[in-house]
Amino acid sequence: MSLRKYLKIYSKFLHTSIASELEYKTNIIIDLVTAIFSLIGSIFLLSIFFQNNGSIGSWKFEQALIIQGIYTILNGITNTWFNPNLTEIVKHIREGTLDFVLIKPIDSQFYISLKKINPSGLLEIMLGFFLLLYCIRINQINLNLSFLTLSLVTIICSISILYSLWFFISTTTIWFVKTWNATEVLRSFLYIGRFPLNSFSLSLRIFFSVFIPIAFITNIPSEVFLGISQLWEILLEVIIATIFLVTSRKFWLFALKFYTSASS
Amino acid sequence: MISNLINHKIFTLLKVQYSNMLEYRVEIALWAISGIIPFFMLNIWTNNNLNESINISVVMLSRYFLCAFFVRQFSVVWVVFSFEEDSLMGRVSPYLIQPLNPFLRYFAQHLAEQITRFPFAIIIAFFFFIFNPESIWIPNLGILVLSTLATFLSFLIQFLIQSIVACLCFWTEKASSIERLIFIPTLFLSGLLAPVASFPEYVKSWVYLTPFPYLIDFPANLLSGNKTNIIGGFSMQILWILLLIPIFRNIWSAGTKKYTAMGS
Repeated sequence: MSLRKYLKIYSKFLHTSIASELEYKTNIIIDLVTAIFSLIGSIFLLSIFFQNNGSIGSWKFEQALIIQGIYTILNGITNTWFNPNLTEIVKHIREGTLDFVLIKPIDSQFYISLKKINPSGLLEIMLGFFLLLYCIRINQINLNLSFLTLSLVTIICSISILYSLWFFISTTTIWFVKTWNATEVLRSFLYIGRFPLNSFSLSLRIFFSVFIPIAFITNIPSEVFLGISQLWEILLEVIIATIFLVTSRKFWLFALKFYTSASS
Repeated sequence: MISNLINHKIFTLLKVQYSNMLEYRVEIALWAISGIIPFFMLNIWTNNNLNESINISVVMLSRYFLCAFFVRQFSVVWVVFSFEEDSLMGRVSPYLIQPLNPFLRYFAQHLAEQITRFPFAIIIAFFFFIFNPESIWIPNLGILVLSTLATFLSFLIQFLIQSIVACLCFWTEKASSIERLIFIPTLFLSGLLAPVASFPEYVKSWVYLTPFPYLIDFPANLLSGNKTNIIGGFSMQILWILLLIPIFRNIWSAGTKKYTAMGS
């Protein structure tokens, strides 16, 4: 039960899953092209909003691009880690193979969340980074240590919230068996993370910050980038991320009590 | 006699698939909910007065997005995913020896799902009208029939495109990544997120030659009473269908010759 052991296991996971993914080389290339087109499409859509307007929700085009960049990075992380692993949960439960996960002498949540990796998502993360670097240039953002730490902290919090949301829905599979469509709902809600929260009406703004904190995920890190974030927002995001992580952990352990293996 | 037989087959298939679909009502409700992205888009458009720049009133734009939601609900296709799973699991083999093209089975599955989905879509529309009472309108019977036809043709185009991609399973095993690639232009160019009328000129000059605007933009404009070229739209839809059918036939016959059952 040491960190070193888990790191070692994770490097093995990485090795095996990359090796197996590389068997489908054309697939990876198609996924890369998809990621590039998807980013082009999003920027195209954004440019439609701005073609006759200076700003939406008090965000200028160059500023809204930052949100797009952060969204792309988070989407890449989702595609690299969350999506391939958490769809496996459904399979594990339907086929009863979760038994084999539970008897392994490592943490089941660790195993189930990090077993697989989809390398084509990594390019999406890189695309997002390049877009962010470009945004830093066109918005003339000064890079300094406090800015870098704060943006790193908020992005890590966003990743935690995103992970918890995904993991939470996947965990409900233990009761409902098929939750593939629930993740589809989450996906479509996450879609609005591409746009500034301020550009929505008040009721939607409340919905997306209180009920499903999707707005937090991309907007607060972007505000940190622009240096217009308030301290309370950052603190709130840290608190929410912690609550989400702890709850997802507790929920998993709780759900496991209800797990009855398929066919037994 | 033969047409009678086919009708009987299709009717039986529909009946079977419909009762099958009724088992998954919750899932289908979730699918319906996951399609509400057009409403978020509408919120951005109206909340920032973006509609003024493209000369569409708020009421007409909200009708447009509601219709886009409806058209999407009744033209969504997922043959690739079903076929990929069936082909990986080896379930395609028994289908192949039956005197019925397996795609007819998927076709019936989709139609049955649309029938099951209808009440949920109506409920969502009902809530939409509660929040936007000024956008209530009743299209006349002729328009209703024409737009149903246009939606069906849009479904047919997407079904054919996806079936062609699905047949690639015979060669690559993972055709869903190609589907994801095709989904990108469908998402951004079909008018689901922004009416094609709002696109900049350099896009509009060629986009009407692609099948994408006829998937959502054309039927939605027709149904909502926005300006559209009815004859042009229908002829493009039929043209694309006539183009896609022989491609599907050829790829299907080539694929079945290539087919070697999984696990045998």
